[in-house]
Amino acid sequence: MTVQLDARPPVVPTTGGHRRFSGRLSRLDTRLSPYLYIAPFFVLFAVFGVYPLVYTFWVSLHDWDLLGTDHPFVGAENYTRLLADVDFWHAVVNTLGIFVISTVPQLLAALWLANLLNRGLRARTGWRMAVLVPNVTSTAAVAIVFGVLFGREFGMVNWLLDLVGLDAVQWKSDRVASWVAISAMVDWRWTGYNALILLAAMQAIPRDLYESAAIDGANRVRQFWSITVPLLKPTIIFCVIIATIGGLQLFTEPRLFHSGTNPIRGGPLRESQTVTMYMFENAFAPHYNFGYGSAVAWLLFALIAIVAAVNVLVLRRLGGGPDARKGAAR
Amino acid sequence: MSRLWRASPLTYLALVVAAGMSIFPIWWMFVVASRSSDAMGQLPPPITPGGNLGANISRLFDNTDAYFLTGLINSTIVAGTVTVSVVFFASLAGFAFAKLRFRGRNALLLVVIATMMVPTQLGVIPLYMLMTRLQWNDRLPAVIVPALVTGFGVFMMRQYAGQAVSDELIEAARMDGCGTARVFWHVVVPALRPAAAVLGLLTFMTTWNDFLWPYAVLNDPANPTVQLSLRALSDGYYQDMSQVFTGTAIATLPLLLVFVLFGRQIIGGIMEGAVKA
Repeated sequence: MTVQLDARPPVVPTTGGHRRFSGRLSRLDTRLSPYLYIAPFFVLFAVFGVYPLVYTFWVSLHDWDLLGTDHPFVGAENYTRLLADVDFWHAVVNTLGIFVISTVPQLLAALWLANLLNRGLRARTGWRMAVLVPNVTSTAAVAIVFGVLFGREFGMVNWLLDLVGLDAVQWKSDRVASWVAISAMVDWRWTGYNALILLAAMQAIPRDLYESAAIDGANRVRQFWSITVPLLKPTIIFCVIIATIGGLQLFTEPRLFHSGTNPIRGGPLRESQTVTMYMFENAFAPHYNFGYGSAVAWLLFALIAIVAAVNVLVLRRLGGGPDARKGAAR
Repeated sequence: MSRLWRASPLTYLALVVAAGMSIFPIWWMFVVASRSSDAMGQLPPPITPGGNLGANISRLFDNTDAYFLTGLINSTIVAGTVTVSVVFFASLAGFAFAKLRFRGRNALLLVVIATMMVPTQLGVIPLYMLMTRLQWNDRLPAVIVPALVTGFGVFMMRQYAGQAVSDELIEAARMDGCGTARVFWHVVVPALRPAAAVLGLLTFMTTWNDFLWPYAVLNDPANPTVQLSLRALSDGYYQDMSQVFTGTAIATLPLLLVFVLFGRQIIGGIMEGAVKA
């Protein structure tokens, strides 16, 4: 804009016209710039975020596959077929099972870890880095490493079990055992991250609350449960929602935990196939059935919304602490 | 900051255990990567590095199924481009949301926050169809372009700009005749630098790690990202575990390097983000 102004022939030093023009330009600048600056985000997100999600619903109402030239409208047929699909429900149970087994211990451990980190420590940053480092490693790499740690014959976990006199576990071919192994992977990655979020919220709790509680004779454990935890509730709810959205879409860990033939099934008998894996199996290789895969995506979307809502309702009830304030958001 | 309780030896013991569990799988990855493949069958398993790293690396790069070098180069291009773009657009939008007055500002900001809750991964099917139409399948733009902006980035920069950019400085610059673009470039960008660095690091790591979408859209085994190379290695019919682990170690190394150099800032970014909203 300045360039344009400078480019005007400097014939008359200060005419009224010039001033009016530059004034108008600057008004235009103040009015339009904000929209110009936020436009890239909204345009790109609309095209590559919102549109695909909405269009998924449209596709799910059609008999649509990669090779077919026409894709007839079939209404709710994909959904009715899906609701009667044993493999789909099997994947739903797997996903929820892994979600529960991973999230509950993860948040309890994170709370405990945050409590430890909230003390006068030497080398504070070092400890924080140590618990966060799993979160920055490559998910695919870690899934492969855990796949070996939980191996049948030469896996380190079974070796340790043997050392303490326990039987070896079939971590890949036993359904619940495979859930546990995958949950271990998820918890390994996310416990430290959640601990740091909770730690940040803990440090924001005013100190005098603890002092007056101590004067009233509350010991440390009592203080933790009746001051720290209730005041952390918004943050805990935030962590649960994030864990729900991520956990119910789990894909990379279970996918790479298995190798061999058809690993997208999550084991020979679909022991740990999650819903996202089932969507992938139907929508891409080997079936390329876009319509059916899209129906899976939308039911998963509904499942996430339901589970998140239930979690929030249950957590609000529990404990009865102040929950009117908006939680910490990342 | 309430530092009420002193740390007891028990606290340190518990932290040592926690830190050990965090670090061990990574450590072990490097151990196996530096040994010969029969390390896999040994019990008790070896936990100290061996001398085979060089041989494993050259076998990995010679492996004609994994295209590991291509994967590394592709991931560098993808993560680098996405990082620059996310930081730039997030700074622009974050500045507008924090410091400029315009109609619909609060409503639009709510939309940005809501986008962080949307499971966009569920839109991969139409995205795949879109890429087919654009003929971007098997090519890097397919994984770069959809990742160019994030709601998280915009929100983070907006939070930071609110407190780091001084209104007086903006006013003064405007008095001197600066348009909004020059205000952004000369006043806002320098003030946003610390947050931009954290956002850049986080974005780089997320993009480098991304798996599902590249797996869906980059089907040509000769043109993978590094995570897809790992998949090819791990799904291989004959598994040479020390070679696979060399791959996982090399794919993790850039992330660890970034983390060791900038861990303090990354931790600060995560923790500040948690309290401020």
